Amino acid sequence: MQRRPLALALALILAAGTAAAQAPDWKKIRIGVEGAYPPFSEVGTDGKLKGFDIDIAMALCAEMQAECSLVQQEWDGIIPALQSRKFDAIVASMAITEERLKVVSFTNKYYNTPSRLVGKAGTTLAPTPEGLKGKRIGVQRSTIQDRFVTATFTGSEIVRYAKADEVYLDLAAGRVDVVFSDTLAVDGGFLKKPQGKGFAFFGPAFDDPKFFGTGSGIAVRKADTALQQKFNAAIAAIRANGTYKKLNDKYFDFDVYGK
Amino acid sequence: MLHGYALSLLEGAALTLSVAFLSLGIALALGLAGAVAKLSRSRIAQGVALAYTTVIRAVPDLVLMLLVFYGGQMAINSLGERLGWAYIDIDPWIAGVLTIGFIFGAYFTEVLRGAFLAVPAGQKEAAIACGFTPGQVLWRIVGPQMLRHALPGLSNNWLVMIKATAIVSVIGLSDLMNRAAQAAGSTREPFLFYGAAALLYLAFTTLSELGFAWLSNRLAIGTKKASL
Amino acid sequence: MNVQVMWDSLPQYAAGAVTTLQLLVLALAIGLAAALPLAVLRSLPSAWAWRPVWGFTYVIRGTPLLVQLFLLYYGLAQFEVVRASALWPLLKSAWFCAVAAFAINTCAYTTEILHGAIKAVPAGEVEAARALGMGRWQALRRIVLPSALRRCLPAYSNEVVLMLHGTALASVVTLHDLTGVAREVNSVHYLPFEAFITAALCYLLITVVLVGAFQLAERRWLRPFLPRA
Repeated sequence: MQRRPLALALALILAAGTAAAQAPDWKKIRIGVEGAYPPFSEVGTDGKLKGFDIDIAMALCAEMQAECSLVQQEWDGIIPALQSRKFDAIVASMAITEERLKVVSFTNKYYNTPSRLVGKAGTTLAPTPEGLKGKRIGVQRSTIQDRFVTATFTGSEIVRYAKADEVYLDLAAGRVDVVFSDTLAVDGGFLKKPQGKGFAFFGPAFDDPKFFGTGSGIAVRKADTALQQKFNAAIAAIRANGTYKKLNDKYFDFDVYGK
Repeated sequence: MLHGYALSLLEGAALTLSVAFLSLGIALALGLAGAVAKLSRSRIAQGVALAYTTVIRAVPDLVLMLLVFYGGQMAINSLGERLGWAYIDIDPWIAGVLTIGFIFGAYFTEVLRGAFLAVPAGQKEAAIACGFTPGQVLWRIVGPQMLRHALPGLSNNWLVMIKATAIVSVIGLSDLMNRAAQAAGSTREPFLFYGAAALLYLAFTTLSELGFAWLSNRLAIGTKKASL
Repeated sequence: MNVQVMWDSLPQYAAGAVTTLQLLVLALAIGLAAALPLAVLRSLPSAWAWRPVWGFTYVIRGTPLLVQLFLLYYGLAQFEVVRASALWPLLKSAWFCAVAAFAINTCAYTTEILHGAIKAVPAGEVEAARALGMGRWQALRRIVLPSALRRCLPAYSNEVVLMLHGTALASVVTLHDLTGVAREVNSVHYLPFEAFITAALCYLLITVVLVGAFQLAERRWLRPFLPRA
């Protein structure tokens, strides 16, 4: 009685297996996205993905004349998912850092914005390791902000969350004293919304390349150099022909490409 | 009322149910086999069943799911490379169903074993004395009586299973939990959406409990109930 | 397989295991203590006794632990009136929310398990006890409960192990249990396989100890129910 379910299971796996064309011409590309990082990547009420990252991905695919499908993946496991070929590229506001370059390759950046601390409006806390000693700093796990505060704010208690939304919820509830996040994400995802009333940025913009990298790029597997080059060409193309500006202005008041 | 997310939640609920039902089938089959193995006299069968229930019950579902989905994928990838196959994708739905079915097979083994033990020993002894083969004892005498005792444990585990399907959201399946979390995140109203998800799960539970109550009455025909 | 990284992270995993065990023991102790009287109430014939308990187990068993945890931790904190109340210092703490959610959850399941075991006590034994002149509570204490507690051992072992897995959800509300440590290690080193297998082995170790303890208990207390053949 034990053999039949196993055989059935095996048959199911093989039957459901789709031989995806790993064509070196990259006509079909699967793109991994997070879907939980407004305004870059979120799920609308109709269940469809939307946001700056999504629009950029579709624009690049149109430029490369490739058919793209989006695969939603939790941030925690997004690089391992790329390694195990669940998708071919990651477009999820992923910063290009040395640490990540050890395991994946990146295209050129497609935007670059700094990170800042957010706390109660009018707070008297000093944005330094000494000033925040003993305080609770909320970050999303496995982000450049996480790495930065872990290394720099050693006297503070770092509280890590799986999703950006959870960080904001706990800031609003008072469970963490400050939050350290990408300026655009926390602005569009929290400060501009009603729940963000009474909170504001404080302190400088942090953008030390050692932690924050050189902007957000598209991650691909190390072996897929052809795909990397295609993306680079596409990024340059949409920058040149005005598509980038159109998408930029749809979401933001200033040019997010950065220096 | 639900800020437009109602349809999304219902779609997630449908996916949750589909995973749960198929996993149930796999789990029941594995559980019966495991329980019989554990209660048999063969040392090997007992050992294998013990290893199965111990290891599978020991590892959290989340970890197993990730191992099957990523590890299994990597294993198939490397196997495929060696044999020259094209890339075979493990569908997240299949990975979810197999993992959950496999996990709960181990729990059902324990429940069914307890149920077998609850049938008075004299039944089995009398049956053997009358000349029934072990298979006939199981199928005609002990089995039907065992079902009545298994129901509380089975119902417990079925309810756990429906909710365990929530972990498939980790491998990208948009089940009910996943969609509630998305809606809660976008609207910053966790209470509303998790509350709505809770109500949907409760609806599944109600139907399940009604079903189990009916089944319980049906199987308890002829037994006496003492009142405390 | 990068064993060096795992070896170096073992102290973190040990700390995570301690947290996991603390959560587990607290939740089980509170849950079981509450479940005993509730199970008795659930088994009484009077509707005033069993309906409220049934309602409680129905709602708690009917919803995922994750949802219960989220409602307790994020859901309640959403409301200004909760944040201003006297309960806030408790509800603010992730530890309290986690233990409370786990304890309530295991209490509901244990109540049902005990109730099922109480029902499974052969009717003849209960009637004999009453015929001998034992009062209801006496029969309960001397005949029904000892028998029921023995019978529920296999199912309760399930529940204990399920609660161990449930504690993994504590990582979702920022606590550093075993799964939380595995996720941190994964996020720092990008080694999901190694990080989660190490956590799996730790859980396996804890489970083997628990299952062994239950096997000993069963050998001692379930013996009357085993076939003599």
